Amino acid sequence: MSIIKPTRRGLLRTSAVAGAGLAMPTIFTGSASAYMNEPTGSSVTLGFNVPQSGPYADEGADELRAYELAVEHLNGGGDGGMMNTFSSKELKGNGILGKKVEYVTGDTQTKADAARASAKSMIEKDGAIMITGGSSSGVAVAVQALCQEAGIIFMAGLTHSNDTTGKDKKANGFRHFFNSYMSGAALAPVLANAYGKDRKAYHLTADYNWGYTTEEAVRESTEAMGWETVNAVKTPLTQTDFSSYIAPVLQSDADVLVLNHYGGNMINSLTNAVQFGLRDKLVNGKNFEIIVPLYSRLMARGAGENVKGIFGSTNWHWSLQDEGSKAFVKSFGEKYGFPPSQAAHTTYCQTLLYADAAERAGTFNPCGIVEALEGFEFDGLGNGKTLYRAEDHQCFKDVLVVKGKENPTSEFDILEVVEVTPVEQVTYDANIPQMGGPEATLGDCNPGA
Amino acid sequence: MFGLRKSDSVLLLIVIALTVFAPFILNPFPENSVMAQFNAGYPDLMQRLVIFGIFAIGFNILFGLTGYLSFGHAAFLGVGSYAGVWMIKLLTLNVIPAIVVSVIVAGAFSLLVGWISLRRSGIYFSILTLAFAQMSYALAYSVLTPITGGETGLQPKVADPRILDAALEEGVTPRANLFGMFMNDSYEMVVGGWIFTFNVGYYIAAICMVFAFYLSIRIFRSPFGLMLRAVKSNQQRLNYTGIESKPYTLAAFVISGMYAGLAGGLLVAMDTQAGAERMFWTASGEVVLMTILGGAGTLIGPVLGAGFIKYFENIVSKINANILETWFSFMPDGISDLFVGLIYPFIGKGWHLTLGILFMLVVIFLPGGLVQGGQKIAGMFKNKKDGSDSATSSASAAPAE
Repeated sequence: MSIIKPTRRGLLRTSAVAGAGLAMPTIFTGSASAYMNEPTGSSVTLGFNVPQSGPYADEGADELRAYELAVEHLNGGGDGGMMNTFSSKELKGNGILGKKVEYVTGDTQTKADAARASAKSMIEKDGAIMITGGSSSGVAVAVQALCQEAGIIFMAGLTHSNDTTGKDKKANGFRHFFNSYMSGAALAPVLANAYGKDRKAYHLTADYNWGYTTEEAVRESTEAMGWETVNAVKTPLTQTDFSSYIAPVLQSDADVLVLNHYGGNMINSLTNAVQFGLRDKLVNGKNFEIIVPLYSRLMARGAGENVKGIFGSTNWHWSLQDEGSKAFVKSFGEKYGFPPSQAAHTTYCQTLLYADAAERAGTFNPCGIVEALEGFEFDGLGNGKTLYRAEDHQCFKDVLVVKGKENPTSEFDILEVVEVTPVEQVTYDANIPQMGGPEATLGDCNPGA
Repeated sequence: MFGLRKSDSVLLLIVIALTVFAPFILNPFPENSVMAQFNAGYPDLMQRLVIFGIFAIGFNILFGLTGYLSFGHAAFLGVGSYAGVWMIKLLTLNVIPAIVVSVIVAGAFSLLVGWISLRRSGIYFSILTLAFAQMSYALAYSVLTPITGGETGLQPKVADPRILDAALEEGVTPRANLFGMFMNDSYEMVVGGWIFTFNVGYYIAAICMVFAFYLSIRIFRSPFGLMLRAVKSNQQRLNYTGIESKPYTLAAFVISGMYAGLAGGLLVAMDTQAGAERMFWTASGEVVLMTILGGAGTLIGPVLGAGFIKYFENIVSKINANILETWFSFMPDGISDLFVGLIYPFIGKGWHLTLGILFMLVVIFLPGGLVQGGQKIAGMFKNKKDGSDSATSSASAAPAE
């Protein structure tokens, strides 16, 4: 076994020999430049890696629209959108650091393997300096790890699981979107106000990673406020008919049903629950209620009438009336003819934040970007005052608690903002067990060379 | 050579030459030309081409020789991948234990699945294997989350034990290596406008592929291979002559499962991450497509089919509307818009559509796959030369169908 048990010294020696042998004619990739894919020409390439096929293709299409808009604005086209309201004034509309912004796109297919293949080709073939996008946590975690290894910055798109900036956080990865913990923390007080502190909750949880973290977050924050969790049942991700899971809810003495489901799952389970008449029931002398921790407009549209009056949380909503949101909705609406979704918003912000960090750092070097983004406080991007926390590269900002609108006026006007939970309430310590505890570390930034 | 007949030796040498010179062959266009979009000579894709080549070669040993259509082969690839990542996490960042254990674990799992599934044949066998694969997928995705990482997959962490390795330096990301050579180390050769990339990981995978290909030739030409062909042509008659066919089919199943495990182990070695999607039924379907597209039962066919599909997935899916516009920008506005509009559905997310159309064309006009197409072209040249029809005499690539 001694052959495959290299000591550190032996390993170094062999690698030095192998390196010298291979490097003799010219050089290894990367050692020519200070960092991976250093842009040398008059342009810089960003990689937009979004699901164009598969279950989240709608979200992906909206993300891509936002990216294209952001690139247009960065290059000085259009009306400048949120660049005008952004608190940092480094971006001048002349690209990033004077280089014209170009981009390549890829299809993640909402599969970690496909997403990594696509990201790798952007890095290895197209020389992308930053990868962004994705609309599921599995993909985000996988691509983030890849970027860490390759020495590229990853700006996460739509990913809500705690793990992205918790258990699986990486120094080269950043997330603007909120997470399960924040959903739970934001929802709990609103629920206590609306439904009282003496409730019995029944959870149906999609049987995968995001479901677990969301259930955990909602449970902990509602239990802390006095609710009791009667039961938590895991449902297969591929389930389309939830009747067999709803029936036992009727038998239990629970008076609240929490659906930790997303996308098609949520549409089906909510529809089933409403069809079973859960919402007209009286249990323990209280009205039976349903809660959906993570809402998206695209999902709400799928569930139609059934979302009326149901509470949930969301990262951003186009009906917000601050200057940033208004500017973004206006330029997005003018270009595409309809209001942007929260996925579009978060990806647009991420692109701007990256560009701004590069301007402030004066370099595209990932380590410079990391330094510029860590602890960066900004405003004017639609969520109010926001902090990119240095400990876990998670954005901390106000969280919106929304409710299905009783009288929607259009197919986009489905949700109404009930309350904006201030950022203090959703802030947590970076080392709490839900986020992987103290052993989850960012590591060091990797410039790849 | 190496116990091969002459035509097989020639084929093996061709495959060796193709894999060695792949960085040149796959990068035919200069870096800054418009056609650079179609270059495939970057490390990740080259690695994938040979790894899925191995997967398809293995699948072909089962499907091409015995005719048993397994619709769950991706499960073995996935199980191999998970085993590989665990070796990297627990033992060492060196890829050799990972690859070896992947093959062994996938072999053991395929023995179990094969032992049960091979009690039936035909469509029932396909359904059984499909069921096993979907079961593995569902388990990996949710129930077995502590072992497989569930949705977010499994990847090496700084805090992993790695009992054979010395501790990593502070802040260093764990990366797979072969005695200190990292898989993504490359040597770039700049010749005029061309950049040719020679990647460590690619050549490791390519060596495995050449070995796998050699082994598959030996199996095809062995008495064991002949017995498998007998199973395909008439299993009942074989049974009536007093030969129990199950040991042969089971052996073929396990061998092809081990090939899948090798592919899984290599995938992990090149890119240290494994997710459950790798076992989804579409992944199992893909290897069937690769084999049929290239030519089931031929030696080189599956490799060609794998290359064809992976090329499309990675190259065509990345062409977007912007790139189209630059292609047609020399035309007057209206006409260029028309061309962009016509081609747009077939690129980017439409790569599935393009691939589907090509697959249909191949199946309808070249039932023997791409190999048959090659033979037809070769036959045309030969006919011109000596006027005799010798298209089918190239024994090395004759389809068993």
